[in-house]
Amino acid sequence: MAADGTLVAGAPAAAGSGRANTMQRFARRRSTIAFLMALPLIALIGGLVVYPAGYAMWLSTLNRRMTANIGLGNFEILLESDTFWMVIMQSCIFAVGAVIAKALIGFWLAHMLHHIPAKGQRKWRGMLLIPWVIPPALSTLGWWWMFDPSYSSINWLLNIFAVPAVPWLGEPWWARFSVILVNVWYGSPFFMIMYLAALKSVPDQLYEAAAIDGATGWQGLRYVTLPMMQNIISITVLFSLIVTFANYDIVRVLTNGGPRDLTQVFASYAFQVGILSGNLPRGAAVSLFMFPVLAVFAYFILRGINRRNKEQM
Amino acid sequence: MAQVHLRKVVKEYEGGVQAVKGIDLDIADHEFVVLVGPSGCGKSTTLRMIAGLEEISGGEIDIGGTVVNDVPPRDRDIAMVFQNYALYPHMTVYDNMAFGLTLRKFDKGEIKRRVENAARILDIGMLLDRKPKALSGGQRQRVAMGRAIVRDPKVFLFDEPLSNLDAKLRVQMRTEIKKVHQTVRTTTVYVTHDQVEAMTLADRVVVMNHGKIEQVGPPQELYHHPKTRFVAGFIGSPSMNFIPARLEETSGGLVVRMTDRAVLPVPASRTARYAPHVGRDLLFGIRPEHLTEPHPNEHRPNIAHFEAAPEVVEPMGMETLLHFWVEGHEICARFDPAVEVAPGKPAAMAVDMDQMHMIDPKTDLVL
Amino acid sequence: MSASTANTIASYTGKKLGSLRSERRWALWTAYASLIVATIIFLAPPFYMLVTSLKSSSEISNLSGNPWLVRAPTLENYKELIANPLFRGFFVNSVIITLCVVAISMVISVLAAFSLARMKFWGSQALATGVFLTYLVPDTLLFIPLYQIVGSLGLLNSIWGLILIYPTLTVPFCTWIMIGYFASIPKELDEAALIDGAGWMQMLTKIFIPVALPGIIAATIFAFTVSWAAFVYPTAFVTTPEHMPLTIGVVSQLIRGDTFAWGQIMAGALMAALPPVVVYAFLMDYYIAGLTAGATKG
Repeated sequence: MAADGTLVAGAPAAAGSGRANTMQRFARRRSTIAFLMALPLIALIGGLVVYPAGYAMWLSTLNRRMTANIGLGNFEILLESDTFWMVIMQSCIFAVGAVIAKALIGFWLAHMLHHIPAKGQRKWRGMLLIPWVIPPALSTLGWWWMFDPSYSSINWLLNIFAVPAVPWLGEPWWARFSVILVNVWYGSPFFMIMYLAALKSVPDQLYEAAAIDGATGWQGLRYVTLPMMQNIISITVLFSLIVTFANYDIVRVLTNGGPRDLTQVFASYAFQVGILSGNLPRGAAVSLFMFPVLAVFAYFILRGINRRNKEQM
Repeated sequence: MAQVHLRKVVKEYEGGVQAVKGIDLDIADHEFVVLVGPSGCGKSTTLRMIAGLEEISGGEIDIGGTVVNDVPPRDRDIAMVFQNYALYPHMTVYDNMAFGLTLRKFDKGEIKRRVENAARILDIGMLLDRKPKALSGGQRQRVAMGRAIVRDPKVFLFDEPLSNLDAKLRVQMRTEIKKVHQTVRTTTVYVTHDQVEAMTLADRVVVMNHGKIEQVGPPQELYHHPKTRFVAGFIGSPSMNFIPARLEETSGGLVVRMTDRAVLPVPASRTARYAPHVGRDLLFGIRPEHLTEPHPNEHRPNIAHFEAAPEVVEPMGMETLLHFWVEGHEICARFDPAVEVAPGKPAAMAVDMDQMHMIDPKTDLVL
Repeated sequence: MSASTANTIASYTGKKLGSLRSERRWALWTAYASLIVATIIFLAPPFYMLVTSLKSSSEISNLSGNPWLVRAPTLENYKELIANPLFRGFFVNSVIITLCVVAISMVISVLAAFSLARMKFWGSQALATGVFLTYLVPDTLLFIPLYQIVGSLGLLNSIWGLILIYPTLTVPFCTWIMIGYFASIPKELDEAALIDGAGWMQMLTKIFIPVALPGIIAATIFAFTVSWAAFVYPTAFVTTPEHMPLTIGVVSQLIRGDTFAWGQIMAGALMAALPPVVVYAFLMDYYIAGLTAGATKG
């Protein structure tokens, strides 16, 4: 063996227990710093999300003047009112209809974008994402003006093709359709961009392998693209369901719930009952009706993301 | 400059898995020590404990006379070169090298002097303004070394620094590292899984397996006198052949009997060493380079001859590897490429019995 | 996958042999046609808003011509709005609110993300999940209890109430994507910094923030667009025009009585929408990275 073994003096024979303590102190110090760094976040979530959520539950059990606890009275009253059932129905029609349309349009556009030469993609993508960039409350104003009963520019276009004027916001079903239309216009670009990102993450070799295996374009889509994108599609759809289900801006600006409360969704109805009519407890109850639905969606999103993380590992 | 001492060092992860099972190691000042072993043998964990990146579960690590168990990495006065270089992507080469000094509040002129000196040693003076992205693998490697050199630490730690390079560059950088060490003479601990790197670089090689040290010694010693079956097999390429065999006593001295036909005489010098093991089932170990074609004019003693038909012949250029099977065990021989051999055709072979090893399969120790 | 499709290869290639080029050309034409149609539909509303904003009231009320064209363009609507102190007030409010919210959000989320991605402490895993769940809580779920809370703090009809509440919209997502960006930084980089002598704070400011700069920009853009476009909270918490930010200001205050000043409303909406659009135009790649980060990172 080479020259070693030179004894070094002064190595303190530290007691095992003493050292364990110092080591623990290091670890503890590190997690203390970590905890302090996360503290603002914890305070924010605790004070402005968790606490209000609990407060909302308590609030929803009070009477209108918040003087007495009436248990589930607000929920009972709501469930007995026809208007509320209409709100439930409209929210579901709105969310499901809009999300399906957004997903299909988004997927189609992403696919088309993916197929054109790469150097043109940026330009098209840039233009197609604009509806998503404009604050929806403001762009909805533009739609409102386009739907105006007497000045509708859309009707003017339809007129050219001899289509009779459409009462966009006047008739219940047309109003429902219009609200969905605006939401689809606003939200499709988001789906498009998500799907485009997912499409780009599918390795080209897979398509090449599929093509050599004899897959047609359609089969490539069915057996390669969709399975590879399955996770991101479901995450996007669930996420959009939450956002759409809880949407407020578009209904508020476009119809304000009308005609005759027929386009009222949970959020706008809660606003009307809680803030405008001043019955906060009942408004809180309306909002809370969204909670179970959202919780279910959130659970599935979380599951999807966890699964995705596992795949990547 | 400093010595490093490891005393009964243990690393235990949650759940009681021991990655390092109590190792002792003394590294002298200026020494270049290479920890080598298969993946999962605990070599990287040991290095990271020296660096302070992993907590030590038991035992003591002493750098330059101070027990550093509780000292954070920045105060251990060590520098480390990582496998993926870990260069700061947003900093220029100069800033990468200067970062550690800046944090230690060195003055500007001193930093400049040190960085330029390191750049000169490593021949990267013209790269100082570039970002790591614009560098080749070999250049990044140099910068990573430069970052260690400027610090002028007590100990250099290298964690598989060459494994991200292609084969040609790896050989070149290996020489480079050795050159740098000869210039700066800093105590160095180097981790690799590549035994060639270990042999070429080290003053002493530490072979590890399953969290324990198998053997410590200079490269030549490990090659010629492995203490365990693991070291015997791990050092050298292609690796040593092991064939079940039995030691028998005959009138002419000891012999190794593998089969009824293959019987090789043991050199007289080893008789005393092997005598207690006569009659036992052992493993006969011989390196491919000691299993060659016969040299007709050679009259060394202790050369045994036999004949075998190779099943696979691999011409490598400077040598030809022959593979054949004895009792179901693959054996590799190393022939001069000038000798004509063909698969399936019996070839005469010579075994240099002075290079033989006998291993006890129960304890895996070399006898 | 290949097994089920392999059977069709013979019949398929037999039929279409030699048509590969025309097939490709068809696919390309379909793609361009779809994109053109989609672009026209997607851009029609903002275009029509622009056209309207350039018209005088008399031209707007004239039903005889093509409403999509402007015959006598005028900047009168814009001039009037810019001269209107109320509108300028909306703008100032939006700017103050957005700047504060972006700063608060980034500080909170970068610190928290660093701690959650790298340092770990008891319960940090649960907190990371909690952050994501919070991101999924829509603003319309909690605006009524928050109305009460903001009211009890005396911050109704004040931009400070909004500055207090908006971070609930921005911080969870910013934290989430910053965790993703920080986690993608190789661990050796912090080990190298640790050995180089950096403390936790130095590691964050000198290594993590510069290296994850694209993520920081993406998160900042997100915080900016969200707080600029927020609508539910200002609608609920602010009823006095002088404290309104742009979104609710334009929607509620420019619409007066029955004679709608459409030109001015559209001009106001466009000006209000301008900052996010400008940010988008210049930082599109970061914008999109932030948008897709939620699902692709983390």
